[in-house]
Amino acid sequence: MAGGAASGGNATSDAYAPARGWLLLPAWLVLGIVVLAPIGLMLIYSFLTKEFRGGVIWEFSLEAYDQFFFDRGLFGDESPTIQWAYIQIFWRSIWQATLATLLCLLIGFPTAYFIATRPANQRTIWVFLITIPYWVNLLIRTVSMRFILRDQGPLNDLLQWVGVISEPLTIINTNLGVQIGLFYSYLPFMVLPLYAAIERYNFSLSEAAADLYAPRHKILTRIVLPAVKPGVIAGCILVFVPSLGSFLAPDLLGGARNFMIGSLIDEQFRGSAGNWPFGAAASMILLTLVLLVLMVLARQQARLEKGAS
Amino acid sequence: MQTGAARFDFPGFKLLTFLCLFILYAPLLVVTIYSFNDSRSITTWGGFSLRWYVDVFTGPDSAKFKSAAVNSFSIALIAATVATAIATSAALAMVRGGRFRLRTATFGVISLPILVPEIVTAVAMLIFFNAIGFTRGYMSILIAHIAFCIPFAYLPISARMQGIEGVYEQAAMDLYADRVQAFRRVLLPMMMPGIISGFLLAFIISLDDFIITNFVKGAGIETLPTAIFGSVKQGLRPNIMAISTMLLAFSTVIVTLSWLVSRIDRTK
Repeated sequence: MAGGAASGGNATSDAYAPARGWLLLPAWLVLGIVVLAPIGLMLIYSFLTKEFRGGVIWEFSLEAYDQFFFDRGLFGDESPTIQWAYIQIFWRSIWQATLATLLCLLIGFPTAYFIATRPANQRTIWVFLITIPYWVNLLIRTVSMRFILRDQGPLNDLLQWVGVISEPLTIINTNLGVQIGLFYSYLPFMVLPLYAAIERYNFSLSEAAADLYAPRHKILTRIVLPAVKPGVIAGCILVFVPSLGSFLAPDLLGGARNFMIGSLIDEQFRGSAGNWPFGAAASMILLTLVLLVLMVLARQQARLEKGAS
Repeated sequence: MQTGAARFDFPGFKLLTFLCLFILYAPLLVVTIYSFNDSRSITTWGGFSLRWYVDVFTGPDSAKFKSAAVNSFSIALIAATVATAIATSAALAMVRGGRFRLRTATFGVISLPILVPEIVTAVAMLIFFNAIGFTRGYMSILIAHIAFCIPFAYLPISARMQGIEGVYEQAAMDLYADRVQAFRRVLLPMMMPGIISGFLLAFIISLDDFIITNFVKGAGIETLPTAIFGSVKQGLRPNIMAISTMLLAFSTVIVTLSWLVSRIDRTK
């Protein structure tokens, strides 16, 4: 995500400038009608009244947001107190996504660094090995994880055979299960942007530091890390954002008690007991959170780039 | 590149790299191995057998899987083709259209399906189809897939186009080729590796999608991921592992193809 990538790269010529409007029309039409306008519609839906069997009644109401943040008792006539249940689900999601991001960074950085310091002809093979799981169906990867982590699954068999544990560990339907799932799902998303950044890093900087007797760990923390920070930020975005809104890992590896935002939203729309305005409101809150994170990180990225030039 | 790079190896990094690859591949390998298990139970090993592969094609669920596969592959093929065409056209305007006022905004709109959490896009699309009274089914899935495939096709295509200097079309136009001819005869052939990569990635993305599909599909129609998800919710059965292994192999082939295409391109 270096340089102009954030704005789509630079134009390399203006040979097709006169046809610009027509060329962009299909993309604008499809994405405008099927993605952008629906997000606006979702914002409107979050301020409407719920219909009991799913759907909405076109009457303005703040009830969805009220239900999210406040508890007014069973009949809605008690004085409002903060409703913690939903805030807790959001908090748990943020916490799980943060932890997954840190774990991915912890394993992903050494991997990306190791690959980037291989000879050029070996690097493509290593990158290819990381790319395959990146593109393999996320559902299948999550199902595989569920198969591995089961009470009578291969992991427990292995641990019992080695003798580390005597009783099988319960990992499925716990927060730990969800965490392992998130980490496993998005690990390749961390490695690839980190690799791209470290590959461009000029190793003569490390050499200069070593010549001046800097110890190895200082070269890493004081020279390499600051230089590849844009890659670190890109990797963190690519892990954090999908983790925060993930549905498959909490649904297949967690349970009813390990709800994350994705499951909360899903529940409002599928099945007949749904509450569409509430689901739309929860989606808007999630979207706002994600946009805030992206804005903070993009600003930091821009500052880094300004500093570099 | 750097002769002294080996000097900057850190002792544990090689080990962590192998750990990383082990973590990424072990679950997939285990499922692949167990898909060849002869036993009815998923826990015990009963010897090598292809019975669950036979079961996928002839067993009680075969009709369901067959229609899901037909839906998945036909949607992926159409969506990736249309998205690639739209993305190529957009890339031409973005990369060869000079500077213009809405350029950053346009790039933002193209990237929307990547930036917005998938579940939010899914909700928005469901609300949209519901609000305009569009019956959810094959068509709604197809429209949704075309939309979210566009950025995945766009990125490799625009990257490739940026790597080609503008002088080639300029030369063609100086020799009285019109814009369409300069594109078809000069730019398009040079961009082919990027277009093929974009198409293949869009195809994989469409084939893999679960969350959005699950929201916009409506009752009575399944794609492979939604059919697999439905089965898994009722318990892991060996035939699911066989079908997963086949999809895994298919994705690996497509990614390898895409990788080979990008390598051919580098030698030019």
